[in-house]
Amino acid sequence: MVHDSPKPLVLTNARVIDPARGLDAPGAVILADGVILAAGPEAANQGAPDGAQVIDCAGAVVAPGLIDMCVSVGEPGHEHRETFASASQAAASGGVTTICTMPETDPVIDDPALVDFILRRARDTAIVNVRPLAALTKGLEGNDMTEIGLLQEAGAIAFTNGHKAIRNPQILRRIMTYARDFDALVIHHVEDPDLGGGVMNAGLNASWKGLSGVPREAEIIALERDLRLVGMAKGRYHANLLSTAESARVLAIGKDRGLDVTAGVSINHLTQNENDIGAYRTFFKMSPPLRDEDDRQAMIAALKDGTIDVIVSNHDPQDVETKRHPWAEAEDGAIGLETLLAASLRLHHSEDLDLLTLLAKMTINPARRLGLDSGRLCAGAPADVIVFDPDRPWVLEKKNILSRSKNSPFEDARFSGRTLRTIVAGRTVYTYD
Amino acid sequence: MSANPSHRDSTFPHRHLLGIEGLQPHEILGLLDRAEEAIEISRQVEKIKPVLRGRTQINLFFENSTRTQSSFELAGKRLGADVMNMAVSQSSVKKGETLIDTAATLNAMHPDILVVRHNAAGAVHLLARKVSCSVINAGDGQHEHPTQALLDALTIRRHKGKIARLTVAICGDITHSRVARSNIILLNALGARVRVIAPSTLLPSGIEKMGVEVFRDMKEGLKGVDIVMMLRLQRERMNGAFIPSVREYYRYYGLDQEKLAYANDDALVMHPGPMNRGVEIDPAVADGPQSLIREQVEMGVAVRMAVLEALAAHLPNS
Repeated sequence: MVHDSPKPLVLTNARVIDPARGLDAPGAVILADGVILAAGPEAANQGAPDGAQVIDCAGAVVAPGLIDMCVSVGEPGHEHRETFASASQAAASGGVTTICTMPETDPVIDDPALVDFILRRARDTAIVNVRPLAALTKGLEGNDMTEIGLLQEAGAIAFTNGHKAIRNPQILRRIMTYARDFDALVIHHVEDPDLGGGVMNAGLNASWKGLSGVPREAEIIALERDLRLVGMAKGRYHANLLSTAESARVLAIGKDRGLDVTAGVSINHLTQNENDIGAYRTFFKMSPPLRDEDDRQAMIAALKDGTIDVIVSNHDPQDVETKRHPWAEAEDGAIGLETLLAASLRLHHSEDLDLLTLLAKMTINPARRLGLDSGRLCAGAPADVIVFDPDRPWVLEKKNILSRSKNSPFEDARFSGRTLRTIVAGRTVYTYD
Repeated sequence: MSANPSHRDSTFPHRHLLGIEGLQPHEILGLLDRAEEAIEISRQVEKIKPVLRGRTQINLFFENSTRTQSSFELAGKRLGADVMNMAVSQSSVKKGETLIDTAATLNAMHPDILVVRHNAAGAVHLLARKVSCSVINAGDGQHEHPTQALLDALTIRRHKGKIARLTVAICGDITHSRVARSNIILLNALGARVRVIAPSTLLPSGIEKMGVEVFRDMKEGLKGVDIVMMLRLQRERMNGAFIPSVREYYRYYGLDQEKLAYANDDALVMHPGPMNRGVEIDPAVADGPQSLIREQVEMGVAVRMAVLEALAAHLPNS
């Protein structure tokens, strides 16, 4: 893709929300040369730069573009499920301007040359920012640590073992210890692989369905173990996907002890519960499994009180070959980039979370954790900006899904809240019409 | 440099040399002074000073070693001792009982000096309690290797004229190194400033309280350093358990010209051997003008002669 310099852009008549400084006020946002020049009430009185395109937002929200810390793309190896091109189109339509890509590809992203490959493919084909996460262990097998230093130099933004926890605590401890020397963030899937061998949330529901259960303890024990190891290794740690009320309590205790720990939750666990599975609908099969309504509410409460820092889509494209199976044999995973913003706005409309808090979990919080200078509307920050109407109704129809895979648990769902325009590095990459 | 006579006169009051720990600074310096004399002997045509004539020295090596064993053998022979090498295979000594049995058997042969290397920390101490002769620790597990630290000190002193107030960086696998432990103790005892440079996975817990300054960044750690001591990285630790790969280790912790340039201009490079060229050290540095690695081998024989001679003073004469 050839990138000539975009024209300066002025977004006027906007409701400017910048969670980094707690700003929610009428104003304008001025973008030029790929960065933000000004944003907020004061920007409304500033003149437009020469040759600027002026867009009247008609009262819609202008906010930093969303940063999604957990996105699976099929490239390399599973391009039929998703490519950087299709994933980034989906992201842009959902208001996501930066995707952090999981290393669970074929081959696994465990070598600096592969990080380089991703960055080059993304540069050539993606319309949003792509930040690769590299594997924590070679082949994601949980045994031998990867070249954290060289991978970081190649451009890996953080390190993860994907949707597979490292079983051996001594190995994880050494990796955390080594990662600390490079100030590298270790993102871990907290599910004990032995205890968590089932296929849906353990409990009455699973018992009636005749399915093996993943007990909450599989997550709680893994998280407790990890936090003890963080205490030994003194590294930076992020629990990727929490799903139980008790996990939030455990994490809060870890934070109180002064550990450098954060956590994320997937949008699915904030908006759905195990009852949504219905008649074995495999688009609702994911890891960790959907829990019950009490857990869902506890996740929202943990966002509200700051225990959970980040909301992710956990976008995981799967095709019919991997999903059209009996429940136990179907793969985990649901797409979510296109619906991340709209689905999260349900928490705003239900008055569980105010817009500032909600958006912080997808902008400034992940940006700070990953050391990105985006996710905020301050002068000099990258011009990654979205315009959205928090109330505009729409329905997710399968035929309109931009992702190459269609495994959305939100198929035919009604949403209030629509991305109208997505801008990456000052260039409009998506408009809704 | 010439030996200081005041150290020459100080006696060495120990029956064994089990470690650097427990030695007084003047005792260490006394051994180094003796070693200076041994260097002279070793450089003569007739390399003999028969202070151990008629004595029996047994080198008991439970762990394979070429250079240390031959160094002790040569040292004993130059002092006129009858030297016997006993290589004990690992498999036959797995049980503590067997070690004691071995000690009893050896004791019955009436050796005067036992030189022992064992793969378990503390094994040499155990043996020393069970025999009636003098025992020299030639390396016990990851605990101590006192003659290595002494030969390193001798090498440094001959080039820098002193040990006190020098800054010495020990780099690499500190956790698994007996050489590092002995050197940390000795260099501190003689007033040097000691640094360790390693990835956190190769640093033992509590290292900050072991009398060293800890660096994870090698360039930072080498700034202002007089002596760079490299350690050998065992092959089994290279591939993901403690460090991800040889190439990453070499990138961040391998001593090459670029990193060495951060040390003082007259900094000297040491390595206890055997070296992994291209893993912990660039061949150009190992063989370069700042390297003392070959000289360390010569100092090894001299230091071991000095230790043997010092212990000989306590051997019974009737």
